[in-house]
Amino acid sequence: MKKILLSLGNITKQFDGKTVLDSLDLDILDGEFITLLGPSGCGKTTLLRLMAGFVHPDEGTITLAGQDLTYTAPEHRPLNTVFQNYALFPHMSVFDNVAYGLKMEKRPKNEIRERVEEALAMVELQDFARRKPHQLSGGQQQRVAIARAVVKRPRLLLLDEPLSALDYKLRRTMQIELKRLQRELGITFVFVTHDQEEALSMSDRVVVLQSGVIQQLGTPREVYERPANLFTARFVGETNLFPGTVESVQDRFIIVKVFGVHRQLRKPDFSVHEGQVLHVLLRPEDIRVLMPEDEQGVAGKIVERNYKGSTLDSVIHLNDGTEVLASEFFDEDDPAFDYRLGEPVKVSWVDGWEWLLPEENTMAANEDAPVDA
Amino acid sequence: MLNVRQQPFRAAVLVLVWGWLLFLVLTPNLLVVGASVMTRNPSTFISLPLNLDAYRQLFDSLYLEVFLHSLYMASVTTVICLVIGYPFAWALSKVGKQRQILLIFLLIVPFWTNSLVRTYALKLILATNGLLNTALMSLGVIDAPLRLLYTETAVIIGLVYLLLPFMILPLYSVFDDLRQDLLLASHDLGAGRLATFIHVIVPLTLPGILAGVMLVLLPAMGLFFVPDVLGGSRNLLIGNVIKNQFLDARDWPFGAAASIVLTLAMALLMFAHRLSKRRLGEEGGS
Repeated sequence: MKKILLSLGNITKQFDGKTVLDSLDLDILDGEFITLLGPSGCGKTTLLRLMAGFVHPDEGTITLAGQDLTYTAPEHRPLNTVFQNYALFPHMSVFDNVAYGLKMEKRPKNEIRERVEEALAMVELQDFARRKPHQLSGGQQQRVAIARAVVKRPRLLLLDEPLSALDYKLRRTMQIELKRLQRELGITFVFVTHDQEEALSMSDRVVVLQSGVIQQLGTPREVYERPANLFTARFVGETNLFPGTVESVQDRFIIVKVFGVHRQLRKPDFSVHEGQVLHVLLRPEDIRVLMPEDEQGVAGKIVERNYKGSTLDSVIHLNDGTEVLASEFFDEDDPAFDYRLGEPVKVSWVDGWEWLLPEENTMAANEDAPVDA
Repeated sequence: MLNVRQQPFRAAVLVLVWGWLLFLVLTPNLLVVGASVMTRNPSTFISLPLNLDAYRQLFDSLYLEVFLHSLYMASVTTVICLVIGYPFAWALSKVGKQRQILLIFLLIVPFWTNSLVRTYALKLILATNGLLNTALMSLGVIDAPLRLLYTETAVIIGLVYLLLPFMILPLYSVFDDLRQDLLLASHDLGAGRLATFIHVIVPLTLPGILAGVMLVLLPAMGLFFVPDVLGGSRNLLIGNVIKNQFLDARDWPFGAAASIVLTLAMALLMFAHRLSKRRLGEEGGS
């Protein structure tokens, strides 16, 4: 069990009477890569700025390794930030940008030079030390920003959507690079993003935020496969949500009627009773598309097919109009497999791959939450 | 180049701009240069032969003294404008957008009145029995009226009053563009307020400082009516010298030479301003 590095207790923050963070508790473990994930306006950036010290909470405490930091000025916090638009000083060379934090610590000149060169070598920019930020590409500026933040050897590195300004390919490269840096430096990373794919692929743990409240805190696998509520289920990844009615409750199983078909499903953690309506959550890759002659499954027809290289993604309309997303891998036995539009099929899933969620009334407002890609 | 027929509007605009610059900027300046190298002539103002006597005359100790005193008063004016204008512009960039517009509007309102008229108004305030002395005396701050009018102080007050907006506006523009995340980054990296001011805010607002200095220092040496109205005979500016040469002494070559020196000083400052902007990467270049 890793020990807690940064602890946020009962944090509440309002701007102009609007609650941005609502009595939030979060413990960040030493050395982990933790991601704050949520749509714009969910409070993730405010949370990061509270940790950095740019804003102070209305209520609650922030402690770092047991030391109270709640109202400490940013310049006295042993943590550093990588800003969304890099915030490199335009009038300074790359070297001076990276050296800035060490100069503020009044380190000897030799030490500054050594450590700056080391940091620049780490991000493979040693040949760019004399350049000005505006002479660098976006990806290079990003790396300078990272070097400038890690050169001070902070306990914690805060990254505010650092990759959002980069194109897809560069972004993938930087994701891998950031992971490598985090492993090598052993610094705790707090990463903010609205990109769920990025969050899942990079993090040790993901914090799903919405309306200033933590919806779920867990490993990427937990968040994806066992979402705590409908918001997380919808926000993280593509989702099929089928309405089901509980027909009977047994010891370890329940019988649920989905699209008129009875399925014996594993009993969920929440309490269920006969006649209860619940959501059956299935990821597109959990869906099995069957021949129309098949005995099991629900009938429908293909309305869309997208070739994705490694998968064939299709949209199936069931006879009652429900839309189902399916994602199937090509297999070597049938590399030419494809659907034609309008082709009749049946839809099913493997027992045990579903995830059940109870009906939620209070969460209805979140359905229209913006989901950026 | 694009065909004129394809871009008639573009062509018209270019002709207008270049024509304007050629006839109303370049030609008069060339005439001044021409006049400066000619010989003084009491009946025709200028005549041949060409010579550099006028420039030599600039180094006359009398004029050198006027020049230095003028430069001194203009420098004091500039420093005062900077000291007042810098925090003013900073604060201006911090208030809400609505109020910003109102405050800039108020800053511009005085321009609607002729500056000569405003200088006379200032004379009424600064006079021995003027508003300022009356007010201070009735408040009991002073016993006897201050002697302000016809002093160097009066000239500097007049210059600051007329030129302060020209310092504030370019400074406001750089403060308005100042990215807040750079200040946060500076704090984040361990710099306190003072260090952030010295290492980040001042360098980033330097183009505005230089633009403001440019717009205050050189006009301050040329606003001849300010010493005329407020300064008495001893606090002359270069502007007074130039004006006197053209209107009273009828020495056009010398007046022209003095103007050119002033113009060159301006060019030098503009060059420094460009350099400072290029340093920030605002004008391309790689």
